[in-house]
Amino acid sequence: MATLAPPDASDTAARTPGRRSSSRKYAHRMYPHWFLLPGAAVFVVLFIVPTFASFYYAFTRWTLFDVEFIGFDNFVTFFSDPQLSKGFTNTLIFGALTSGLKIVLGLLLGVLLTSNIWARGYLRAVVFFPVLVSVVGVGITFQALMDPYDGVINEFLAIFGIDGPGWLTNPDLALYSIILVDVWRGVGLAALIYMAGLVAIPQEYYEAARVDGATGWHRFWNVTVPLVRPATTTVIILSLIGGLREFQLIWVMTGGGPGFASDVLASVIYKQYAYGFFGLSTAGNVVLFVVVSTVILPLFWWLNRKQTEL
Amino acid sequence: MSAHTHRAGPVALAGLAATGLVLAGCAGDGDSSDAEASAEGPVTLEWFQGSGVETNIATAEALADTFNASQSDIVVEVDASGPSDSAELDNLMKTRLATGEMPDMFWYNSGSLLQALNPDQTMLDISDEGFVGDLDDSWVSAVSTDEGIFGVPVQTAGGGGMFYSIPIYEELGLEVPTTWDEFLENSDAIRDAGYTAVQQTHGDAWTAQIIVLADYYNVWANDNDWASKYTANEVNFADDPVAVKGFTKLQDVYERDYLNEDYASALLNDGLEAVATGEAGHYPMLGFAQATIATNWPDQAEDVGFFGVPGEADTEPGTTIWMPPALYAPADTEHPDAVKEFMAFVASPAGCDAVTEALGATGQYLVDGCTVPDEAPRIVADFGPYFESGNVAPALEFLSPVKGPNLMQISVEVGSGVRDGQSGAELYDADAAKQAQQLGLPGW
Repeated sequence: MATLAPPDASDTAARTPGRRSSSRKYAHRMYPHWFLLPGAAVFVVLFIVPTFASFYYAFTRWTLFDVEFIGFDNFVTFFSDPQLSKGFTNTLIFGALTSGLKIVLGLLLGVLLTSNIWARGYLRAVVFFPVLVSVVGVGITFQALMDPYDGVINEFLAIFGIDGPGWLTNPDLALYSIILVDVWRGVGLAALIYMAGLVAIPQEYYEAARVDGATGWHRFWNVTVPLVRPATTTVIILSLIGGLREFQLIWVMTGGGPGFASDVLASVIYKQYAYGFFGLSTAGNVVLFVVVSTVILPLFWWLNRKQTEL
Repeated sequence: MSAHTHRAGPVALAGLAATGLVLAGCAGDGDSSDAEASAEGPVTLEWFQGSGVETNIATAEALADTFNASQSDIVVEVDASGPSDSAELDNLMKTRLATGEMPDMFWYNSGSLLQALNPDQTMLDISDEGFVGDLDDSWVSAVSTDEGIFGVPVQTAGGGGMFYSIPIYEELGLEVPTTWDEFLENSDAIRDAGYTAVQQTHGDAWTAQIIVLADYYNVWANDNDWASKYTANEVNFADDPVAVKGFTKLQDVYERDYLNEDYASALLNDGLEAVATGEAGHYPMLGFAQATIATNWPDQAEDVGFFGVPGEADTEPGTTIWMPPALYAPADTEHPDAVKEFMAFVASPAGCDAVTEALGATGQYLVDGCTVPDEAPRIVADFGPYFESGNVAPALEFLSPVKGPNLMQISVEVGSGVRDGQSGAELYDADAAKQAQQLGLPGW
């Protein structure tokens, strides 16, 4: 949505009569209007047109040869069919849990890795390393580690006499196992953002708090947490957007299975497209667009407002 | 159907897709201009094989080589490139046909997948050719629409049902079951003897649906017109007491504790190994997997037999059969006569022999005059009596264009106790309805 801002801004500027007549304003403009054309053309053809075309095709049943307008049928199917609506709830669970865990663990790791500890540089690298690995590689690796019989995780648990579960083959567990892997993969980035936020907090606040007799817990809760809010906002927004759209990791690890147990919106959309249900697939994309927008936009506004109140 | 239909909209989309294909097609253009330049010499036909499956490529090459050696007017070249992922291959086929970029001939499935390619508009109709008369009727119905016939078979038809371990059956003194109740009794005995009674391999999810699909013979035996009623939306799985059994049989197998411990993660090869080496009594599977057993466990190849999924006491035992893939041509091929000449060769005993030469005996040929060699492997030999008695029915996907794409996931749910058979059947009916609506069939 942020990409929409520049053309909007220049539009309002152009339409405001007072400014239009002012040649002084034109003098301040770096480039003439037509410089915008190539970028605008690409933007319109590749982003605006497909977006609005998809709103139309979501209400149709289409093939390469025919289009049939069917009203809200695709959306009714999407929410009445258990295998599709399951993907909807799983998406919300996946987004909320991965985001929440990344915030908590990211902040704790950030605090740990900005303190004076042994081998700090090495530990920072280790925490960030999973972010650099290909998602598909991570998925395949954990699929092997989480194998219920030959997997390292269950063989390790067996040493302590624990009968490990079928991490990816038990329908009740599969989604949560993938969530844990996604958190492992993404927490390094959250920690990095938090570290940047933490080192920007002036030491004077801590000194003042210490003079007032604040304990370590008080300093963390009353100084650190409020003052890293900009970092928290960034982590929430990034991890929520990523979590709601997650596809690769789920597709590699379970393909949405067993059955439909770990399907999310993105994997459901992909499957409907492969089956040739193009209209249903387009409707799924519109649902995903609406979900991401309705979750992210108010949240973004609310978090930013909180920030300015401080 | 009530809403209005028009054709203009998606043209723009097709155009975008075509831009990519024009670039991709440049390499191919060189070949065809060569063929035109030497108009006096032989005609070169390109055969897009595309499936990436080893045995299929071998089949296509054996047919092309034998045909090229037999005459000098036409040269058939096999193009074995193509994505290995089936969803990607389907999309490639649809796009190439829609944009006129398909080579002279191509290899593709018969049955419901063919219908999705819209053959009436995109493929060469061969219904007037003499060789069509030599083709088996059940084959013709799997490659035709109301308006034409489109393909000739490139391999053999084989049964789908239960692979069983002959050593376990002999040890426990069991007989091949003729009803589902007998099958359950046999399985109880196998389980109580400490073996896996029924092997399942949900790690390859498609293997989970075999019992449901292979049970279709019993539905057909009860009502020979079931498939056409199904296509017209007059019957379905959930409300038909015979058809629903495909799903409840899957439920039985789970609830009676027949399964191998690792059924949720095991793969196809694990299943074949278990039944070949005598760890498991039964493994629901399609006949083509016989070739894998013969290759990987050659000493055990004669230890695995086959029977169709048993039905009720009043149903004569039979089996569901799977049709082979077909050779098709696009409607706009430049050399229709040469293509038809090659098709006539493929649909002749000489063509069948070329396939036997390459693959050995794999099942039943669908062309008059073709014979299977005498020393067939045990599984293939067990198909024989079913074909001879006529107690065979093509799987539903070869009789009806309606096939729900989520059957494998639904079968995984029923086969692992997440959902019972009845509700699995209901969910599958809803899934199939989406497919029928997408195809624009009347009555849905």
